[in-house]
Amino acid sequence: MSWRERGFVRLEEISEFIPSEEYLRRHPIPIIECVEEIPCTPCYEICPTKAIQMEDLNAIPRLDPEKCTGCLLCAQICPGLAIFPTHFHKEGFARVYIPYEFLPMPKVGDRVQVLNREGKPVGEGTVFFVLQREKSLGDTVLVGVEVPREIAFEARHIRVMNR
Amino acid sequence: MKYLSLRIEDHPLLDFSDKRKKPVKFYFNDREYKGYEGEPIAVALYANGVKKLSESPVKHRSRGLFCAIGKCASCRVVVNGIPNIRACQEPVREGLKVRSSKGLEKLEIKESSPPRISRPEEIETEILIIGAGPAGAIAAIKAADMGAKVLLVDYASRIGGQLIKQTHKFFGWRKYYAGYRGIKIAKILEEEIRKRANIEVWLNSPVVGYYEGNIFAVLKDKRKIVYVKPKKVIIAPGAVERFAIFENNDLPGIMGAGGAQTLMNVWGVKPGERVLVVGSGNVGLIVSYQMAQAGIEVKAIVEALPYIGGYFVHAAKVRRLGIPIFTKHTIIRAEGTESVKKAIIAEIDEKWRPIPGTEKEFLVDAIIVAVGMYPDTTLTRMMGITHKFVKELGGFVPLRKRTLETTREGVYIAGDVSCIEEASTALMEGIIAGINAAKSLGYNNPVLENEAQEAIKDLEKFRSGPRYAHIKRALENVII
Repeated sequence: MSWRERGFVRLEEISEFIPSEEYLRRHPIPIIECVEEIPCTPCYEICPTKAIQMEDLNAIPRLDPEKCTGCLLCAQICPGLAIFPTHFHKEGFARVYIPYEFLPMPKVGDRVQVLNREGKPVGEGTVFFVLQREKSLGDTVLVGVEVPREIAFEARHIRVMNR
Repeated sequence: MKYLSLRIEDHPLLDFSDKRKKPVKFYFNDREYKGYEGEPIAVALYANGVKKLSESPVKHRSRGLFCAIGKCASCRVVVNGIPNIRACQEPVREGLKVRSSKGLEKLEIKESSPPRISRPEEIETEILIIGAGPAGAIAAIKAADMGAKVLLVDYASRIGGQLIKQTHKFFGWRKYYAGYRGIKIAKILEEEIRKRANIEVWLNSPVVGYYEGNIFAVLKDKRKIVYVKPKKVIIAPGAVERFAIFENNDLPGIMGAGGAQTLMNVWGVKPGERVLVVGSGNVGLIVSYQMAQAGIEVKAIVEALPYIGGYFVHAAKVRRLGIPIFTKHTIIRAEGTESVKKAIIAEIDEKWRPIPGTEKEFLVDAIIVAVGMYPDTTLTRMMGITHKFVKELGGFVPLRKRTLETTREGVYIAGDVSCIEEASTALMEGIIAGINAAKSLGYNNPVLENEAQEAIKDLEKFRSGPRYAHIKRALENVII
């Protein structure tokens, strides 16, 4: 069974898209979960430093982490909501930026339930950043959540608790 | 005010306050209901939980909303004594009296006043464009920029076609609006059209006939027939939704994905509280995600193929919400009397036969069917254009040159009528058809002509990946 039957990727299927820890420690670095060749190029077109490369218009986008500045534009524009910038900002924790188009809208400081690619709860996190729609280049809210390091690569959706 | 149970109050992307300005009272089968002025009868009733609108004339089966865009006849009712009115198209207003159709209703005509028949007004235009969706709208813009005088007609009340209910962001390339939501693309196209003095727009104006002498009968403002005689025509009517075959598939509450999107994203009314989606192509995945955004519980998506049909990224968006996708499964039955209450699915074998003992039940109040579309060739067939059945393109499609001119000189096609594809390809085709139609009238503009050439190349590139290679191959069968 592959992502084509499941509808989500397993970590081992995207290991090549996860930059090394050296880069993850620098600044938010996009983890691009775009495994299928479709005609789509906004991330490639918007990247100000050409860190995202595509061989042709149907190719899978590839990141050169050396060129990436952590600007988050690719995660805002991606029509597939498939880019999750991740930053190992302090020991034991990670900051994950999640494209979010649901209600209720979280606020900075909120504790949220963190869900994985199958929608299963894998832990909790704290919202430290909310880029509102009006300020997002791609009209998509980007929610930054601080999560325990061990679920950094699992955190793909959030649920606002106790509102 | 929570009296209207299926209304969406809060939405992460949409605001329905401009559709709910003036509350009105109207009657359905002598009972009073509340709605909002301007919304269709079927929408107002659905919001009130009234899903059954009429019964079928012979077997008395319940009938309700299906396509929600005036393309089918499932929602026929009697309005102020006039039968066969589509409840999805007729707006509610204060005091309106609506009742269910009973059998085959007849229009009462007073014998003393037979209708007077006179020849309709006849007008000429350089380019008539039929359909103001992405293909027709961009064709109008480009043809106008070439210098042509354009008349753009659509039976709907807004420019944008089905983009007006697409809240998701579009794929493709930035120059064809990738990264923008469909609703935003519709707005951009409308603004561009309104800027151009040489585009005349007739909304609420269906094309109802085609006559010898290249005359199109347009029911202007749904009130008055006008004969339009164009020099060139671009036909961009879009597509019609397919339906799935299963027991009780005609129950109210079972509708096409497009119908569900119209209800919830245009009018802010939920198609149900708990739903099952049939089909995991892009449309099925997108409608599931949009329903979750509207606060609807999507129980599952059912897919007969052994894999998910749509883009992986669309599937990932619904899976991370916890919505299961059952591949190798089919819906075998719906249950309910006046509206759907239950859906039964089962696993299928290699020959697509349900495997006994694998049935699963879902308590749902809506089933959304997203099993594909076929090109709306009603008009092109009527005009005697040569068609060919090509499965990969969605069914019968008109033969065409690379400039999108059909077997009839001066008649062009663009968008889903040419091949079931994406909004981005509809835009590319609209550019090609609009510029070439204007060019054939003698207008010249090297920059725009180059843009049409680019669009032809872009279509080739778009279709060169694994997703659309089968379409690229199949198109060779219809190019003349």
